[in-house]
Amino acid sequence: MASNNYRHAVFCAIVTLIISFPILGLNLEAQGVNITLTGAKTSTIVAIFLAAGAVFVFQAFRDSFSGLLGKLPKLNPLADKEPMEQSKRVKLESWILTGIVVLALFWPFVVSRGSVDLATLVLIYIMLALGLNVVVGLAGLLDLGYVAFYAVGAYTFALLSQYTGISFWMALPLGALLAGTFGLLLGFPVLRLRGDYLAIVTLGFGEIIRILLNNWTSLTGGPNGIGGIPEPTLFGMEFGRRVKGEGNTSFHETFGIAYSGEHKVIFLYLIALVLAVITALIIRRFMRMPVGRAWEALREDEIAARSLGLSRTAVKLSAFTIGAFFAGFAGTVFASKQGFISPESFVFLESAIILAIVVLGGMGSQLGVILAAIAVTILPELAREFSEYRMLIFGAAMVLMMVWRPQGLLPMRRIHIKLNRQE
Amino acid sequence: MTMLVLEDVHTHYGKIEALHGVSVEVKRGEIVSLIGANGAGKTTLLMTVCGAPQATSGRIILEGRDITREPTAQIMRSGLAIVPEGRRIFSGLTVEENLHMGGFFNTKSEIRQSQAYVYELFPRLKEREQQRAGTMSGGEQQMLAIGRALMSRPNMIILDEPSLGLAPLIIKQIFEIIGHLRDEGITVFLVEQNAHQALHLADRGYVLETGKIRLHDTGKNLLKNPDVQNAYLGG
Repeated sequence: MASNNYRHAVFCAIVTLIISFPILGLNLEAQGVNITLTGAKTSTIVAIFLAAGAVFVFQAFRDSFSGLLGKLPKLNPLADKEPMEQSKRVKLESWILTGIVVLALFWPFVVSRGSVDLATLVLIYIMLALGLNVVVGLAGLLDLGYVAFYAVGAYTFALLSQYTGISFWMALPLGALLAGTFGLLLGFPVLRLRGDYLAIVTLGFGEIIRILLNNWTSLTGGPNGIGGIPEPTLFGMEFGRRVKGEGNTSFHETFGIAYSGEHKVIFLYLIALVLAVITALIIRRFMRMPVGRAWEALREDEIAARSLGLSRTAVKLSAFTIGAFFAGFAGTVFASKQGFISPESFVFLESAIILAIVVLGGMGSQLGVILAAIAVTILPELAREFSEYRMLIFGAAMVLMMVWRPQGLLPMRRIHIKLNRQE
Repeated sequence: MTMLVLEDVHTHYGKIEALHGVSVEVKRGEIVSLIGANGAGKTTLLMTVCGAPQATSGRIILEGRDITREPTAQIMRSGLAIVPEGRRIFSGLTVEENLHMGGFFNTKSEIRQSQAYVYELFPRLKEREQQRAGTMSGGEQQMLAIGRALMSRPNMIILDEPSLGLAPLIIKQIFEIIGHLRDEGITVFLVEQNAHQALHLADRGYVLETGKIRLHDTGKNLLKNPDVQNAYLGG
């Protein structure tokens, strides 16, 4: 056992050297028109060997390390606690959610403009993740092309505003409905698929939409994207310095205050907040309705669910449609926030990040998904100081997270439904 | 008074024919057992009744209605309930929630009544009401599976190998309950490998062999039949 450990440790140390030496130890430098290969500084080489040594020590004594870790129960004080009683837990969760919303309401008035902008993005991701949570977390259908519906929502608004001059408030339901329709359409061919096959088909669908947007230049402008998407208005009041739309007034003139670029940012943030809250409430409602139980039943056991008379078609399509609907919602807000969209915003990585949020948060759990959305969006921003290493840190954080809590931040605890007895 | 009729039913999986013209009749209020070896097509026959897969030819008539071409969901909502092979309870849900899933299309007051009825039938489930179904023993899970099927108040219940993997004592209990269901007026179609007990309980029995009905008689006669004794009752 012990010798096996050492052999493994030596192997790991060598792999570390092989990987890190060419990357860090050798530098390509431009001298005039030529590029020459130079060795790195001695300190870097020493650091590489130190790292290999550290890997060796860690691998050699891994068992004792994990043994030590096991003796540290305080690392996660909640681990051994008895689960809270259901009524208490539900109450606590609603209190926390209300707290987050209240905090979020005051947030934009105390922080900088950049933070508000980032927070709007967080809210958009919350909407997306809550929507995908219905498909993946509740109905158990692995959807890797979710970003397609996000794109449909965004492009609906962008195109309609370009060709018909539609306002944000009109586009919001239209974008969501159209995305929902696409969800329904995608649902039909994939009804019979499950697991890996479903994942691949949805992945393909996501790419089809993106490539279509990229190549249908006459309609979508292709890679050049669409700009000049209008910002939302508040009862016909615009937030820009000058009024663009016909019959609109401007916000700062109506209220007789000085123009400030922050008004617009804060207003957008508040819209995103309201929409995110609405999304959370509607999906929460769905979860407690029969359709929510049907999703879970189908996820748990398809044959059993069908034997009880549940229609596989209806249940799966409803999950796809509702999930896509909220992605369309988020897409419209995104288009309005950016003012410019291009297919580049809807690449597969976006789908992967949204899926990561759902998995990190704990499949099916709303509070968990919200916390994970905040963490996943803000973490790369916080790590910005480390510039090129920031995605590395992000990745490491994700790996650590999955080792520490494979079930997610706050795994879903089902709400047990009891029927009141009639006396 | 017939409950369920299968007339010359053929079923295919892709190009392979699994049932070669099966005719079965179940009368209202009786227990009919279908026995057969592994791979004879017992489960296929049941699944064909449920419409998944649908029969390629022949007719299936449930309470006078031709259900051959109806979708599964519709068949399962019309007075027919099935206890699938291997129980297939929702292991993450509590016992009570499992039962509620069984009454998915019923009103709350109907669910309340059927729940009380199921608890009367299986007092054990009442004790375990708030327990996660997956943490119960095999016998209890089988009781739950039967209870869940009864929640929709079916006129006919189909059981696919209810004795699978259970201790003899539990099997005896389950079969007693099945007999009790008939006394309550529920028609039972029982598919079993455990031929002895299944035929003992049954009013009539069918023997299925490689996709064809070989024999059909009363349960008692089949028990005495030397062929059946040799093939299914261990001589």
